[in-house]
Amino acid sequence: MPDAAYRAVPSAALRIEPLGDLTAIFDRRSTQTHLVVAPLPEILALMGDEACDAATLAAWLAEAFELEGEGDARAIVAERLAELAAMGLVERA
Amino acid sequence: MRHSTRIAVGPVQFRVGSDWAEPIAALQRLYAGYPSDDTRPADATVRLFAARPWRRWLRPSVHIGGDFIVPDALPLPLSMGLLAAEMGMNLQVALGWRRHMLLHASAVARDGRALIMSGESGSGKSTLAALLGEDDWRLMGDEFTLIEPASGDALAFPRAVSLKNTAIAEMAGRVDAARLGPLLADTPKGDIRHLIPRTDAIAAMHEPARPALLLFPRFGGEAAIEPMGEGEAFVRLTEASTNYVALGEAGFAALTRLVRETPAFGVSYPDSATGMGLVEQLWAEALR
Repeated sequence: MPDAAYRAVPSAALRIEPLGDLTAIFDRRSTQTHLVVAPLPEILALMGDEACDAATLAAWLAEAFELEGEGDARAIVAERLAELAAMGLVERA
Repeated sequence: MRHSTRIAVGPVQFRVGSDWAEPIAALQRLYAGYPSDDTRPADATVRLFAARPWRRWLRPSVHIGGDFIVPDALPLPLSMGLLAAEMGMNLQVALGWRRHMLLHASAVARDGRALIMSGESGSGKSTLAALLGEDDWRLMGDEFTLIEPASGDALAFPRAVSLKNTAIAEMAGRVDAARLGPLLADTPKGDIRHLIPRTDAIAAMHEPARPALLLFPRFGGEAAIEPMGEGEAFVRLTEASTNYVALGEAGFAALTRLVRETPAFGVSYPDSATGMGLVEQLWAEALR
């Protein structure tokens, strides 16, 4: 089964503030505060406006952070995308 | 209501009404030295009322009401009317105040800089603030600290300090008896006695102070200091704020700024003297 594709919500909807090990994200639409840890902020930052799936993002993350075949990156990124979707920070494209 | 009074604590103007004279008289005694401006509209209303008309006389019990109510709150006997008034005032501020971010925290200030102490009931934040307030610190408040969203400054809420249990004897030995309210014994919160803040702290209650140090005290155990990251301080303060959610993005911005600009530590201490020593040590390091 192909990976689901996601799109980040418009960047104007979120206020993202790194606070040491945690990143606080304020969603202006729901007025909810989300506290997340790596790699969720990094995934959000990479997504931009384009719809993308876990395999694409895993490749981008590997390139951005110079990772080399650490486990099943695609499956891990797919899980993290599902978490972001549950928080409403990304949407199914 | 039959009896009423106005009280200004920091930026909050209260109107307190009561079916009985006693709680109002007790409040007026505690707050006699506070500046008052009866022409200002009240920000919060507290009502202490009898559930049934005859209960004003027969086993009188005080219900707490106002702009906001807690439906399940049990009434208190009239002898604890002052505690009912205090709980009512806290409740109205905790649930109704929107102009500032409200932290369930004590605070003291020195040279225009604020030390903010947040913790659960029993952490000693209130007693530490009261003790420091008798030293060369200005007491800003033993229960609530307000953060001005635009400037990030801390504002005082120096209500009469609610001394509990062992803190009563600890403070009674240090202050003039005229500054202590009546002993309220065996309340649902234990023994309580109110302490009127020093006149200089009351006179300065409208002066903001820049946050310089955030402490999360824990009474009991060995003396210890643990540096706290911005993320953990943020999480703890969202939990300690009664109106963080209601303030929306202004609250988010104020809190992220506060934890970024203010060093934070967890401190454990076995007794008040040790606690005060740790405070002075961390304060000196924070200002360096």
